[in-house]
Amino acid sequence: MKKVSRRRFLVSTGVGGGVVLGAMYFGGCGIVKRKIAGYANTAESPYLGNTKTPLIWFEVMPNNQIIFSSSKVEMGQGVFTGLAQIAADELDVEMGQMEVRHAPSQTGNVDRFATGGSTSINSLWTPLRELAATMREMIKNHGAELMNVSVDKLSTNKGIVSGENQSMTYGDIASKVSEWKVPSTPSLRNIDQYKHIGKPIVRVDLEDKVKGAHIFGMDAVMPDMLFGSVVRSERVGAKYVDADISEAEKMPGVVKIVKEPDFVGVIATSYNAANNAKHKIKAQWDVDKVWQSSEIESMIEVGKGKPVVIQKNGQPNRFLGEQDEFISSEYRSPIGAHAQLEPNGAVAHVKDGKATIMMSTQVIKLTAGEVADRLGIKEKNVNIIPTFLGGGFGRRLHTPNAMEAAVMSRAVGRPVKCFFTRQEEFQNDYFRPPTHHILKAKLSAEGIIEALEHNVSSGDVMYGSPLVPNFAQPLIGSDIGAWRGGMVQYGAIPNYQAISWRVKLPFATSWWRSLGLLANTFAIESFMDELAILANANPADFRLRHIQKDKAGDRLKKVIEAAVEKSGYRDELLSNGRAMGIAASTDVNTPVCHVAEVSVENEQIKVHKVTCAIDVGLAINPDQIRAQCEGSIVMGISAAMYEEMKVVDSVLRPTIYGPYKMALMKDAPKEIEVVILENDEEPGGVGEPPLGPIGAAIANAAFRITGKRNRTMPLQT
Amino acid sequence: MKIQFNINGKAVSVDEDARTPLLWVVRDVLDLKGTKFGCGKAACGACTLHVNGEAVRSCSFPVEYAEGKEITTIEGLAKGDQLHPVQQAWMEEIVPQCGYCQPGFMMSTAALLDKIPNPTDQDIDDNIANICRCGTYYRMRKAIHRAAEIKNTPS
Ligand code: FES
Ligand code: FES
Repeated sequence: MKKVSRRRFLVSTGVGGGVVLGAMYFGGCGIVKRKIAGYANTAESPYLGNTKTPLIWFEVMPNNQIIFSSSKVEMGQGVFTGLAQIAADELDVEMGQMEVRHAPSQTGNVDRFATGGSTSINSLWTPLRELAATMREMIKNHGAELMNVSVDKLSTNKGIVSGENQSMTYGDIASKVSEWKVPSTPSLRNIDQYKHIGKPIVRVDLEDKVKGAHIFGMDAVMPDMLFGSVVRSERVGAKYVDADISEAEKMPGVVKIVKEPDFVGVIATSYNAANNAKHKIKAQWDVDKVWQSSEIESMIEVGKGKPVVIQKNGQPNRFLGEQDEFISSEYRSPIGAHAQLEPNGAVAHVKDGKATIMMSTQVIKLTAGEVADRLGIKEKNVNIIPTFLGGGFGRRLHTPNAMEAAVMSRAVGRPVKCFFTRQEEFQNDYFRPPTHHILKAKLSAEGIIEALEHNVSSGDVMYGSPLVPNFAQPLIGSDIGAWRGGMVQYGAIPNYQAISWRVKLPFATSWWRSLGLLANTFAIESFMDELAILANANPADFRLRHIQKDKAGDRLKKVIEAAVEKSGYRDELLSNGRAMGIAASTDVNTPVCHVAEVSVENEQIKVHKVTCAIDVGLAINPDQIRAQCEGSIVMGISAAMYEEMKVVDSVLRPTIYGPYKMALMKDAPKEIEVVILENDEEPGGVGEPPLGPIGAAIANAAFRITGKRNRTMPLQT
Repeated sequence: MKIQFNINGKAVSVDEDARTPLLWVVRDVLDLKGTKFGCGKAACGACTLHVNGEAVRSCSFPVEYAEGKEITTIEGLAKGDQLHPVQQAWMEEIVPQCGYCQPGFMMSTAALLDKIPNPTDQDIDDNIANICRCGTYYRMRKAIHRAAEIKNTPS
C-alpha cells in the first residue's frame, strides 16, 4: 500500500448541526521536483493537503445524510461520483446518503495543487478510505457506549449501527455525542467486500444536469450584483499602456470605469451594457513586433532551443549518428484552443478587507493566493466558492479573471460578475503549444528495431504555469508537460532515447487535456506504423514484439491484444473500402490501445468506429470510465482532425466556433467499444490517457486507404 | 420597451432594450439559468430554447421578437414531476459530463422530435449541430433514438 502522510483527526460540530470529521496532514509533500514530476508523469502524486489547518471532509447530519466536501472539482469527469463511491464503501452507507459538495477554500478541504492530470482518484484512493473507515469506527464506538453494547457485538450497514437487538443511525449517534474520541485507523476492506466500488453507479450530479439545475461559475449570482468587463487586446504580446474612457463613461448603464496599472474595465448594470461600453474604451497598447504563423512554425523546430535527454537506454547514438543510415520522419501538430463551453469568469465581492469569489476553477488554492496578493490581504480572508465547471481541460488552471473581478468589486463595494466573450476566450487562451517531432530508427533485416529516437520541440506546458514557479524549473530539469507521452514505451528495443527541445513562444501556452500526450503519441505511434510497414509486419504484432517483459510491458501487451480481438483488427483494406489503424500509449500508468475504423471519400476522412482497450488498475466506476474514454476519443478526433489556431498579423484566429472547426455530432463515431481491463493495481487515471493514441490510430487507418502518410495534425484541412 | 410573452407557461412582462438578446433577459432578468451562454454568436447552441415550439439560439434572438410568443426553456421542459422523454432518455443513457452544453442539446432534440418523430442517424446529423466539448455525442445519439422510442410509446 502507498504510504501517505501521518494525519491527525479533528472532530467538531458542523454548521448544520452534524458532526464534522477533519484531518490534518503533516509532511509527505516532498520537494517541488517530486510533486511536479508526480503530477505530470506518473500517478504517484501524493495528496497535497493543507498542512496547517484541519480539512473538513465529512459531516454527518441528524437525518443520516453524509455531506462529503470534495477537494477535487467536478468538471464533467465524474469525480464526485467516484470519490463518493470510495467513501461510502468504508463509511458503510448507501450512495443515496452521500451528498457531495465542493469544499470552499475558507472552511474546506482544499487541495493545495489542482484538479487535473488524471490523478484525483488515484491520489485520494488511500487517504479517503482511511478517513472514512476511521469515521465509521468512531461512530460505531460511540454507538456502543450509547446503546451500552460491547463494540464487537455491533456492526454497521447503510448508516446504521446495530447489534444485540438495538440500533441507532449515524445521525442519531452524531447528535447525541458531545465529546468525540478518535480511534486509530482500522484496517481497510478487501476489494471483494465493496458494494459501491466497481459498480456502474449513476453519476450523483445526473438528475440536476438533466434538469438544467446545476450552477456553474457563469450562473453564480450575489445580491446587488453588477457586471464587469475587462478590455483585452487581440494582439499577441500587447502590453496595456493607458485608455481614453471619456466616451465609454457616457454609455447607458455604466456605473464605473476602473483603471488599473495593468488593465482597464467597465462596470455596468447589465452584461450587455458593460459589453457595449467596453467597445467605446480606446485603449493604447505597446506592441513590439508583428507575428505570423510562419515565424512561430520556424521557431518550433527540433534542433532549436535547449535539448534535454529525458530517456535513454543502451547506445542509440551508435546507430543514429550523422554517418549512419537510418529511417527518419518528421511530424507536426498545431496550436490548439481549449474551447470549453463555459467561458471563464468569476463573481467577486470584496468588502472590509475580505473577498468572496464564486467561480469555476481547477486551482482553488492558487486562485485564492492570486486574489490575496493583488488585494494586499491575507489568503485566509479570501473565500473561493467553487462551482461546477463547464469543462476544465486544463484551461482553468489559469484564473487571473478572479483577480480582475475582485479588483472591480473593490472599486464599487458591490459584487461584480466578469466573464470572457467567446472571442476573448479564444484570443486569451493558454494554448496547447504547437510541436515538431523528428523520429529516427534503425531496423534490422529481421524486422526488429535496433535503435529508436524521438525528438520533440514544443512550446511550454508546465513552464507556462503559475503552478510551477520559475525557481522550480531547474529542479524539474525539463518541461514534463511538453514531453508527456514522448518517451519510448517499447522497452525491448535495445537502444532508444527521447529528447525534449524547449521553445518559449510569444503567446501563452500551457496545460491542455493530456498535455503533450496527444501530439507525442501521434508522432511516435504513426512512426511505429511506418516501421511496421517497412518491416513487412502486422502493426499489432510489430508492437508486441518490442514490448519488454515486466509489469508495465504486460499491461501494455494486454490492451493491444484486447483491442485487436474486440475490433477484429486486420491490416488490409476491408471489403467495404474502409480500413483499420492501431495505436497505443501509456500515460499515468494507464495503458490504452485504440483501433480506429475509417473511410476516406473525396479526401474526407470519416471515423466510423473506435475500439478502445484500457487498463485502469481497479475500476471504481465502469460507466464513468467508459464515458471518459468516449469523451476523450471524440475530443481527440476533434483536435487531431480539425482544430488549429493561426497567428495572422499578431492576432490568434479563428475566434469563434465554426471557423475554429471542431467535431460535431456528424463527425463522432457511431460506434465506440470500450474494453476495460482490470487488475489488482491501484485505480489509475482515465480522464486523459485515452486521448493519446487517437490521432495516430486514425492516420494509420487512413494511410491504408490513401497510401499517403499524413504527418501533420490537423489531418483534415 | 415593454415586451410581454409567456415563459414556461407563465406570463411575464419585461422592460428592455428591444435588441437585447433574449438569452440575457431569460438568464439575468427572469433568473432562469438553465439556458447557457457559450458564444453569443449563434455558433454553439448552448443557448437553445423554444419559441413557439421552434428551437432558437437565444443569444442571437432580440427580445422584441419574443413579444406575444410562447417561450420554453429547459426548466419548463418537464411536465411537473414528469420528465420530458428527452430528459428521461438522457437519464437512461447517462449522457452529461460537465453538463454545460446539455440543456441546449436537449432543447434542440425535443424540437427535432416534434418535427421528425423517428429521426434517422442522418436526420440527427443534419439537425443537431450544437457543440459538446466533453464529446458526449455518442451517448447523445443513443439517447435521441431512445427519446423517440419513449415519446412514441403510448403511456
Ligand atoms: S451562445 Fe447562443 S449559440 Fe452559442
Ligand atoms: S457535457 Fe461538457 S460540453 Fe457537453
